[in-house]
Amino acid sequence: MTPTPARTSNSRAPRGNATLTRIGFGIGGILLLVVVWELYKALGPATGVMIGDLTILPRTTDLAMPHVWDMIGRLFEDGGTGRNAVPVWLAVLRASVFSLGVAAVGWVVGVVVGLALAVLMQRFRTAESAVLPWIILSQTVPLIAIAPLVRRWGSQIEFGDFSWENWMSVAVIASYLAFFPVSIGALRGLNSPDTIHVELFRSYGIGWWKTLFTLRFPASVPYLLPALRLAAANAVIGTVVAEVSIGLRGGIGRMIIEYAQQASGDPAKTWAPIFGAVAIGLVAAGFIALLGVLLRRYRRGESPA
Amino acid sequence: MKHSTRLITGVGALAVTALALAGCSSGGSTDSTDSADSGDLTPVTLQLQWFSQAQFAGYYAAVDQGFYEKEGLDVTILEGAADIVPIDVLTGGDADFAISWVPKVLGSIEQGAAVTDIAQIFERSGTTQISMKDENITTAADLKGKTVGSWGYGNEWELFAGMGKAGVNLADISLVSQAFDMNGFLAGDIQAAQAMTYNEYAQVLESVNPATGELFTPDELNVIDWNTEGTAMLQDAIWADSDRLADDADYADTAVKFIKASIEGWAYARDNPEEAATIVTESGSQLGESHQLWMTNEVNKLIWPSTSGVGTINQDQWDQTVEIAMDTPNETGATVITEEPPATAFSNEYVEKALAELKDEGVDVMGADFTPIEVTLKEGGE
Repeated sequence: MTPTPARTSNSRAPRGNATLTRIGFGIGGILLLVVVWELYKALGPATGVMIGDLTILPRTTDLAMPHVWDMIGRLFEDGGTGRNAVPVWLAVLRASVFSLGVAAVGWVVGVVVGLALAVLMQRFRTAESAVLPWIILSQTVPLIAIAPLVRRWGSQIEFGDFSWENWMSVAVIASYLAFFPVSIGALRGLNSPDTIHVELFRSYGIGWWKTLFTLRFPASVPYLLPALRLAAANAVIGTVVAEVSIGLRGGIGRMIIEYAQQASGDPAKTWAPIFGAVAIGLVAAGFIALLGVLLRRYRRGESPA
Repeated sequence: MKHSTRLITGVGALAVTALALAGCSSGGSTDSTDSADSGDLTPVTLQLQWFSQAQFAGYYAAVDQGFYEKEGLDVTILEGAADIVPIDVLTGGDADFAISWVPKVLGSIEQGAAVTDIAQIFERSGTTQISMKDENITTAADLKGKTVGSWGYGNEWELFAGMGKAGVNLADISLVSQAFDMNGFLAGDIQAAQAMTYNEYAQVLESVNPATGELFTPDELNVIDWNTEGTAMLQDAIWADSDRLADDADYADTAVKFIKASIEGWAYARDNPEEAATIVTESGSQLGESHQLWMTNEVNKLIWPSTSGVGTINQDQWDQTVEIAMDTPNETGATVITEEPPATAFSNEYVEKALAELKDEGVDVMGADFTPIEVTLKEGGE
């Protein structure tokens, strides 16, 4: 009995250090980016680096590359007057929370649809041959083509007290991008148990549903987690792009366009919503990491991603 | 089974979080104006061509000041976006009226869209080609050999027509695709950049000139105005569904009321530019205060003083727009339209009724003594 706690305490110490090291590297990476940015801005040619007529590195003017401290300082000044008289960071935070919410709905819908398709394809070989090509084809349709269509179809949906809102169209578009990696990853995962295990279940006379929940789902986790991470990234991108496309008010996508229109007179402000978009991506990735912790018992044989 | 319970708990926790986030999001998603709960009002939706900004001040003012409500209309304003084509929304039945530029719609009409210009709100064109003073570009003829910017997507026709009139071929210039901002112009990549008087021109005047350390001034810029070059095309107009106008008497009646209240809104924006700018900002526009006021003032200049009563489609201006749309090829050799648009493409029937009623009520629809205000732009448009 005694070796177990001893081993845990032994292994915990280096793990704590490892975490610190990783945080250190993370902060170091950001600092390095800041240093590279400012160094290039200070030393690079004002007209940018060009090969022939092709610019390969940007201009170093304040217009093209504002100082990092200007960008951060701008976050703490007001975004405008009247209704817009809130600090930029607060406006960006609100927009980020809004977009994250829409992306989360899109992610959940995408994951549910993706899992359902994977289960269907695992169960019926015919379904796999019939559906899989369509799943792949679906991802070749350009987002900007479907976004206005989804908004218009959605606006015709109305029953009882329920009426379709524009944010739902954005969530649908996010889910459209999110379901793809889940369906592909989950299908591989569901098919991953060794034949010997499947045959053991069969010889005990265990039904398909129970095999699904006790064997196939747990076995699919190592395949599913990277798929969920991809789905989260896709949902965030889909949300921001769809917001731009259909002009949904309140989110980070529209804020990027609105601030970009002021880019000439207020170049530092343009970067604020971009920081917001990065933050959304980090939160979404953190969420999946948390999910990975919850499911750690099933993550046998997964190479760390 | 223990495993699957854990799994379900995990997924459940996720779902709850997502729903909580969704709850946060639904609060901010109303992009329509507040609608009165009165059952007697006729619901009307108007599709704009871009986000809320002072380019549409008259409509927002008409909502805010209750002009639509007075006519028995409950108007919801739908904002535009990058991929929203107002005429498609109109013909799809998701909006009752739409705001769009005439040349952009002429192409849709030729492809079968049954829509009618029922009120030509902007009489003048706001499109210009601007350049730094030292480039010496004062007329379309001077564009020869220069780097010329354009947004494309139907914004290029006045420029191409002006060049054609001055004998400058597309091969004589280097055409550059322009972005939302004026950074390409300020950096010198574009010698003559496309600019709306009410937006991009102001963006330049809100930027610091690195040479002087002060904001750019109009003295440092040359402006080619397509109104004076003679190749202006009609811009913001109110479009209605032609079939519904013909078949549905109620809709035709609503169209008159809608035009009437909209013109009243524009008259309000003319007489109260500061208030109108504030109304637009309150509706959710992110533009800075001085930029918004500048836009209101410049848009007023495109409307007032009016030649034949605001909203009237002047035959000569319509003909000029159609002629340019038929005769001016773009860089691929294509024209906007290949034949004359049908007679249903515009109608003065509704706007004339609206103007008659407004005159009876004592509203000034000519703006003969209109004088624009002086707007001082601040850095970044704040």
